Amino acid sequence: MKSIFFFIFLIGGLFFFAVGTLGILRFPDLYTRAHSSAKCDTLGAFLTLMSFCIYNGLNMVTLKIVLIIIFLFITTPTATHIIARGNYERKEDSENGDF
Amino acid sequence: MISLLNFSLIFLSFTIFLCMYRAIKGPTIADRIIAINVVNTKVITIIIGVSFIYHETYFIDVALVYALISFTASILISKVIKES
Repeated sequence: MKSIFFFIFLIGGLFFFAVGTLGILRFPDLYTRAHSSAKCDTLGAFLTLMSFCIYNGLNMVTLKIVLIIIFLFITTPTATHIIARGNYERKEDSENGDF
Repeated sequence: MISLLNFSLIFLSFTIFLCMYRAIKGPTIADRIIAINVVNTKVITIIIGVSFIYHETYFIDVALVYALISFTASILISKVIKES
């Protein structure tokens, strides 16, 4: 039972990592790339780290991994948003305002 | 179960190389920063997987500190983009 859940979560996380990387490679614009990388950061990291929690069992290490998951959920979309917003405000100051 | 863990770490390393292609070739600086941000998340996952393979639990603390430092670096570099 434990190995079945480990398998499902790990394959789901690897699928989202692969799809996010494909989006970063293939999308034409900065903002679409930021969208794809945010999917990769939140869902891929959440599913993969939850599969590691299931693999480990229930002890102190699991608590630390859950702490890392909560921290990644707060910080990585924030970082992506701040990068995209900084790029948008930089382009607005210049004379060609297309994006 | 340990062979599946090995496969996942090798697969994540391969996707890191694909992200490094975008980080080297990206047209603007913000493309590079976004690609490096994804690489940071993958490296955190790889560190935790390696700690389970080696049975060393103190690697988890290394991953936590790595997450803190990568967030700070992204914020600072985005400020540099904004003022350029």
